Amino acid sequence: MDDPDVAALETALGEIWTLAHRFGLDPYPTHFELVPASIMYEFGAYGLPGRFAHWSFGKGYYRMKTQYDYGLSKIYEMVINANPAYAFLMDSNSVLQNKLVIAHVLGHTDFFKHNAYFGPTNRGMVESVRLHAERIRQYEFDHGTDTVERFLDAALAIQDHIDPHLRFAAATPAGGEPPRTHPTSPYADLWELGTEAAAERAKAEDERHAQAQAPPRFPAAPEADLLRFLAQHAPDLALWQRDILEIVRAEMLYFVPQMQTKICNEGWASYWHAHTLRELDLTDNETVEFANLNAGVIAPHRRSINPYHLGVKLLEDIERRWDQPTPELQARGIQPGSGRSKLFEVRELENDLSLLRNYLTKELVDELDLYLYEKQGNEWIIVEKNWEKVRDGLVDEMTNFGNPLIVVEHADYRRSRELYLLHRHEGRDLDPLYAEKTLAYVQQIWGRPVHLETVLNGDHMLFSYDGTKAARTEL
Amino acid sequence: MTDPDISAIGHDDWSLHRKGPADQQRHQQKIKEAVRKNLGQIVSEESIILSDGQKTIKVPIRSLDEYRFRFDHGSGQHTGAGDGDSQVGDVIGRTGGRKAKGPGRGPGEAGDTPGDDYYEADISIDELAALIFEDLGLPNLAEKRQQELESESVQFVDVRRTGILPNLDKRRTILENIKRNAAKGNPHFGGVIADDLRFKTWDQRIEYQSNAVVIAMMDTSGSMGEFEKYIARSFYFWMVRFLRTKYQQVRIVFISHHTEAKEVTEQEFFHRGESGGTQVSAAYELALRIIADRFPPSDWNIYPFHFSDGDNLPWDNDLCVSLVRRLMEQCNLFGYGEIREGYRGATSTLMSAFNKIHEPKFIAVTISDKKEVYPALKKFFSERTAPA
Repeated sequence: MDDPDVAALETALGEIWTLAHRFGLDPYPTHFELVPASIMYEFGAYGLPGRFAHWSFGKGYYRMKTQYDYGLSKIYEMVINANPAYAFLMDSNSVLQNKLVIAHVLGHTDFFKHNAYFGPTNRGMVESVRLHAERIRQYEFDHGTDTVERFLDAALAIQDHIDPHLRFAAATPAGGEPPRTHPTSPYADLWELGTEAAAERAKAEDERHAQAQAPPRFPAAPEADLLRFLAQHAPDLALWQRDILEIVRAEMLYFVPQMQTKICNEGWASYWHAHTLRELDLTDNETVEFANLNAGVIAPHRRSINPYHLGVKLLEDIERRWDQPTPELQARGIQPGSGRSKLFEVRELENDLSLLRNYLTKELVDELDLYLYEKQGNEWIIVEKNWEKVRDGLVDEMTNFGNPLIVVEHADYRRSRELYLLHRHEGRDLDPLYAEKTLAYVQQIWGRPVHLETVLNGDHMLFSYDGTKAARTEL
Repeated sequence: MTDPDISAIGHDDWSLHRKGPADQQRHQQKIKEAVRKNLGQIVSEESIILSDGQKTIKVPIRSLDEYRFRFDHGSGQHTGAGDGDSQVGDVIGRTGGRKAKGPGRGPGEAGDTPGDDYYEADISIDELAALIFEDLGLPNLAEKRQQELESESVQFVDVRRTGILPNLDKRRTILENIKRNAAKGNPHFGGVIADDLRFKTWDQRIEYQSNAVVIAMMDTSGSMGEFEKYIARSFYFWMVRFLRTKYQQVRIVFISHHTEAKEVTEQEFFHRGESGGTQVSAAYELALRIIADRFPPSDWNIYPFHFSDGDNLPWDNDLCVSLVRRLMEQCNLFGYGEIREGYRGATSTLMSAFNKIHEPKFIAVTISDKKEVYPALKKFFSERTAPA
């Protein structure tokens, strides 16, 4: 992109920024940086600039860059949730492509600022990851690159297993000891002899004694945040290792809202890039280029859900229904012409799961031709088109970000500090090879034997790994 | 224009930014380590042995998968979007065939069964060969009397005033220029004239190598099944490559035999199948004849290798032992490789006959699995000092 192009883009940025505000968008201040393709792919692979070094990022970088070099795929946008926000434009893209990206990005930075799920995110994350990277580099100096890398391998293997809802959790764990009953005077219980209250109190006392004698179960309630649990309770970790677990967890937590709102967020940005570009003064060629590009971005995929496609269609459908409410909707007090304001409400309140549950209709499922498919023999076959089943299937697939839910059941299994994990099986089996290999990483962190209970083809199975050999037993 | 505090476009110089490439390099390094660790498996990969001159091959490397708890993609239902008229029962894809590269968890690659989903590294056969041959060498190599083989190499050792421009020695040219200017009282660099130019020139160096000949013998009788032939082929594939890489002047003689032995070309050796019974002594006799005719032991380091399944005619075994003893008198080492699929524990009659030979020059291995080709190579070609 040469100087006149950059100047044209700067002018366009001014127009788009003004338009966005006229539409009612209120994005964070956004800094756009023109970068070469290799830098774009680097940030794409790391998720954030300045993140700590690990070979897996290098692998991702190499893959993305190779696909780009062979013309197989291309990143258009890369935007960072921060205040001010950062976005990256590829300097080899055309002016029109970058105009579209700018309009799209402002949709995202407005969403970052206003969607409820982004409320608690760290807006200084770019700075934080830089500090994390520095700490990890120091650990590499102190303990050797290989040692740190081996530990990072293990930590990254379980990075999906954090619990973003922890901040809502009660401060005291549930299911502790029942409260002790204090008599008000040494003889108070005499007055209650033979009454129901006395019997109840005696029962409570017995329970308390029984519980005091059984070894307390730890954790008291199953714990879904594997990373945090290991950072706090793995017996033999050094401080730097606990710190690495916390770093990986903090960075993953930062990405959670983006994973939770992929459809809403991309839908919102795509909705606005289309509306913005229609308002811009484009040449004929640019108009055709825009139409092509936009069609590519929101094209449906046969074997997966394209969040851009589903998102923008859902939002347009909501807008239409609230602009021209059916009598039924009008009876619920919805005013005709309230589509746009409804959209702003949706962008503030919903995440992907709630958006689908609340707004996906039979008509839209039919219009978008959504379906469920499964593997039969060596073919993938469409098995369901009933809209409610499709919606529920979609929701199931996205629950827990598409990851299996695995909880720490017991940290003193067999009274020998063995870790017992439970996969909450909800219809889909684990990939057994991957489970076995990942369990070995958990063992590496925990330091004592570890177990994972799951269901494979209907059988309850226990995977175990003690540091030297892996075992599978039927339960 | 927007207020630059609110929104702006930056265009910094990113040319020195190298984080991605640095981690990519670490990944490449890990690939190399993984290949090194799995050489045993990789050495006998069909894709290499049957590569027919291909330059790079794909090597599956499991240890570079990024393992995590994940669902078995084949279990459960997934969502997709059609183009408007999809029906229940429509087939939208098939599994098998293509393998995912990289972590391959993108929905577009849904067709892969999870078991196939491993990382495949591209590695050139030359790179692989360098790894394999790292610790290998011709054992017992001794200096021979005469007829040393010459090999030429080029070395830049001299500087002259004339030469071709690509060989310009910039450093010396600048120095000469400054010297000439200094002689005029103003030491600085500038005004280069033809007189200042200096060129690097090369000398040809002749290196002498001891003569060596390898006699590769292979059983091609009917009892040699697919597996046996494949193993012998893999071994010789690497052996030939190894010799050509490390010892450019080594001669290789190929002998294939069943009940009769004959000298064949490299092409025939690797590609021709035969059948019939087995009479190993025929091959050894031919080897002795070739040595007597063309490779006098006083001038040559001689290395006979023989691969067979060991199913020799029973009355031939004693003759074989005495022939091997005669061969060893003239050779630096005698290598015998016996290939027995799914090693049944019992040794062949030939191997039990050979068991009587206790000499450091005699090396026998049994290969019962593809993985054992690499250890066999290492056993035959570990550099030993010549016996006194």
